[in-house]
Amino acid sequence: MEPVGAVATRTDRAPSVEGLDAASLLDLHRRMVRIRVFETEAGRLMESGDLPGFLHLYVGQEAVAAGALATLTDADQITSTHRGHGHAVAKGAGFRKMFAELFGRVDGYCHGRGGSMHINDLSIGMLGANGIVGAGLPIAVGAAFAARYRGDGSIAMTFFGDGASNIGAFHEAANMAAVLQLPVVFVCENNGYAEFTAQARHMRLDDVADRAAAYGMPSEVCDGMDAVAVRQACRRAVDRARAGEGPSLVEAKTYRYYDHQGVKGLRKPYRTQEEIDAWKARDAIELLEARAAADGVVDAAEFARVWEETRADAVDAIAFARASPLPDPATLTRDVYTD
Amino acid sequence: MTTLTLGKALNMGLRKAMEDDPKVVLMGEDIGKLGGVFRITDGLQKDFGEDRVVDTPLAEAGILGTAVGLAMRGYRPVCEIQFDGFVFPAYNQIVTQVAKIHARSRGRLPMPIVIRIPFGGGIGAVEHHSESPEAYFAHTAGLKVVAVATPADAYFGIQQAIASPDPIVFLEPKRRYWEKADVDTDATPDPLFRSRVLRAGDDLTLLAYGPMVKTALQAATAAEDEGRSIEVVDLRTLSPLDLDAVYESVRRTGRCVVVHEAPTTLGLGAEIAARVTETCFHSLEAPVLRVGGYDTPYPPSKLEEDYLPDLDRVLDAVDRSMGF
Ligand SMILES: Cc1ncc(C[n+]2csc(CCOP(=O)(O)OP(=O)(O)O)c2C)c(N)n1
Ligand SMILES: [Mg+2]
Repeated sequence: MEPVGAVATRTDRAPSVEGLDAASLLDLHRRMVRIRVFETEAGRLMESGDLPGFLHLYVGQEAVAAGALATLTDADQITSTHRGHGHAVAKGAGFRKMFAELFGRVDGYCHGRGGSMHINDLSIGMLGANGIVGAGLPIAVGAAFAARYRGDGSIAMTFFGDGASNIGAFHEAANMAAVLQLPVVFVCENNGYAEFTAQARHMRLDDVADRAAAYGMPSEVCDGMDAVAVRQACRRAVDRARAGEGPSLVEAKTYRYYDHQGVKGLRKPYRTQEEIDAWKARDAIELLEARAAADGVVDAAEFARVWEETRADAVDAIAFARASPLPDPATLTRDVYTD
Repeated sequence: MTTLTLGKALNMGLRKAMEDDPKVVLMGEDIGKLGGVFRITDGLQKDFGEDRVVDTPLAEAGILGTAVGLAMRGYRPVCEIQFDGFVFPAYNQIVTQVAKIHARSRGRLPMPIVIRIPFGGGIGAVEHHSESPEAYFAHTAGLKVVAVATPADAYFGIQQAIASPDPIVFLEPKRRYWEKADVDTDATPDPLFRSRVLRAGDDLTLLAYGPMVKTALQAATAAEDEGRSIEVVDLRTLSPLDLDAVYESVRRTGRCVVVHEAPTTLGLGAEIAARVTETCFHSLEAPVLRVGGYDTPYPPSKLEEDYLPDLDRVLDAVDRSMGF
C-alpha cells in the first residue's frame, strides 16, 4: 500500500450558490469565528501548560459544526465526539463554562468533573462529547426515538469522524435508525485521518457517505470547508427528518489544522506540509468572508466586529475560568448515584 | 546490563518475541507507522513489515475477533488497546470468545493471545484514559491477567506472555513507562505467574502490583523511619493469583495491606483479603486492609491526586493495621 494523504480534490467543488442573506451569513460566520477563537485560545493555554488532560482541537473544521448546527434549534439534540468543542460552541455553549471546564473548575459545564471530552449542556440540547469513539452515535438514535415519542417536532444529530465509521457502533446505529425510520442526521466530519492513519489506510471507500446505502439511508457529500454548502446539505437532511422521512447521512470533507491531540501533538510527521497548506488555502472562514464581501452582502467591518467581540469574550471567559475554584476533594464521591 | 525505561523494555521484548517466533503478529490502532501513541511498538513495523505489525482500523471488537481467528489457526496475536477505557468495545470478544474457546473446544484450540493494555492513572488524563479494569478480566475464567511494574519484568514478561499458550491480559502501568532501571537481558527471568518479595520485613505484609509497587516500596521506606519493618510483595500475576509467598509472609507478620488504584469494592484486594483470611486466619493480628480508588468513575485530572492511593493513604492503612 502506498502512503496516501487526505484527498483534497473532492472538496474542490464549485462554491455553493444559495443566495444567503446577510443575517444567515453572519450567523454562520459568528459560529465559525467563535469556534476558531475558542480553540486557538485553548490550544495556546494547553501548550503553555495551563490546561490538564487531553485536548482534541477543532481548528480547520469550523464550517462543519457551524453549517450543521445552523439548521437546528435548541430543542434539537446532538451527540458529539472526542473533538467536541466546536459542536458545543456552535450549538450555543458559553465560553465561560467551557473554559472553566477545560481548567477543571467548579463553574465548568461538568463542575470541573468532566473535562474537554465530556462537556454537555442540556439546556441547548448538547447531550455530550465523548471519550469513546463511536459511543455518541447510538445515543443520538435513542434521542431521535425519544423525539418521535414526544412528538414535538424535534430531531437528533450526531457527529462522527471518518475513523469512527469503522467501529461497530456506527453500523449498529445507522441500521437501527434506518429500520426504525428515526429523525436523526448522521454528520460525518471526514478530516482524512483517524489519529495518524490516513483514510486510504483505514477504509477502502473514498466516501463514508457510501456506507449509508448499506442501511437504505440517503446520503450526500459536501464541501466541509464551505459552511454554506454544509448548511444546505444538512438542511435537506434535517427537513427529511422533521418530515418523518427517516435518517440521512451527510459527509463533510474537511481538515484539522492542528495535530490529533493538542496543537503540535506527537511531533511525528504523517502529513505533508503541501497537504496542510492546500487545505489552509481554502480556509472556511476566509472563504466565507471573501465570498460575502465579493457579493457585497456583508460589509467587511461587520466581520471585523465579530472577531473583536469574540476575542473579548474569550479574554473574559479565561479570566473567569482562572478565578473559579477547583472542585472540593470532599465531593469526589458525589453524583455517582441519584441519592 | 543496560538501562532501560519500562516502555523501551517492552519494545525490546516485543522485538525479541517477533524474532524468536515468526507466528507472532502485532495488531492495533496506530501501532505501525506511528509506533503507538506511547511508542511501545516504535520501529517494529519498519523491521518486520506491515503484515506482522498491523495498523488496524478503529475497531476494537474487530481487532480481538480477528485475533481469535488467527489464534485458532496457529498464530500468536498481540493486540494493543490504546488506553484502558477503549477495551470495552472488545469486551464482548474477550469474555465470550477469547476466554472460553479453549474449554469450549475441549482443549483442542488454545488461545495464545496477548492483550496489551496501558492502565491506571497519574498522567493527568480523565475517564477512559486512566482506568484500572483488571478485576473485570480476573473475574473471567479462561483469561490470565498479569501486571508488570519494572523494566526487567516488562522485557521478560511480554516475551513470556507471548510464549504462553493461554490468553493473557497484559497490564502496563502507563505512568511508569518513562521510569528507568538496569536490565540484564541475559538473565534467567522469574516465571511469569509468580509473585515476588521485593523487600523483607517483619511487622506487616504490603501487597501491590503495577503502578502501585513503587508507591508500596516508598511507603516501606517511610515506615522504616518510624521503626516499622514492612515486607513488600509485587503480586505480578492477578489471575491466577500466586499467594504462597504472601501466606508465608503473613504467618510471620500477622498483618496485611493490599493496595491498588482500581476501586476498592470487588477489586483484587477483596479476593486477596478473602484468601489470606481463609488461609492465615489464626496468624492474623488485624483484618486484611484494602487501599484503593474510590467507588466512582475515574475523576478529572485536578482530583486524581485525591483519588489515587498515595504514600499517605498507604501509611495510614499501615497505622490502622498496627493499631489493631
Ligand atoms: C473505542 C475507542 N478506540 C480508540 C480511541 C482512541 N482514539 C481517539 S480519537 C481516535 C481517532 C478518531 O478518528 P476520527 O473518528 O476520524 O475522528 P477525528 O479524530 O479525526 O476527529 C482514536 C483512535 C477511542 N477514543 N475510543
Ligand atoms: Mg478523522
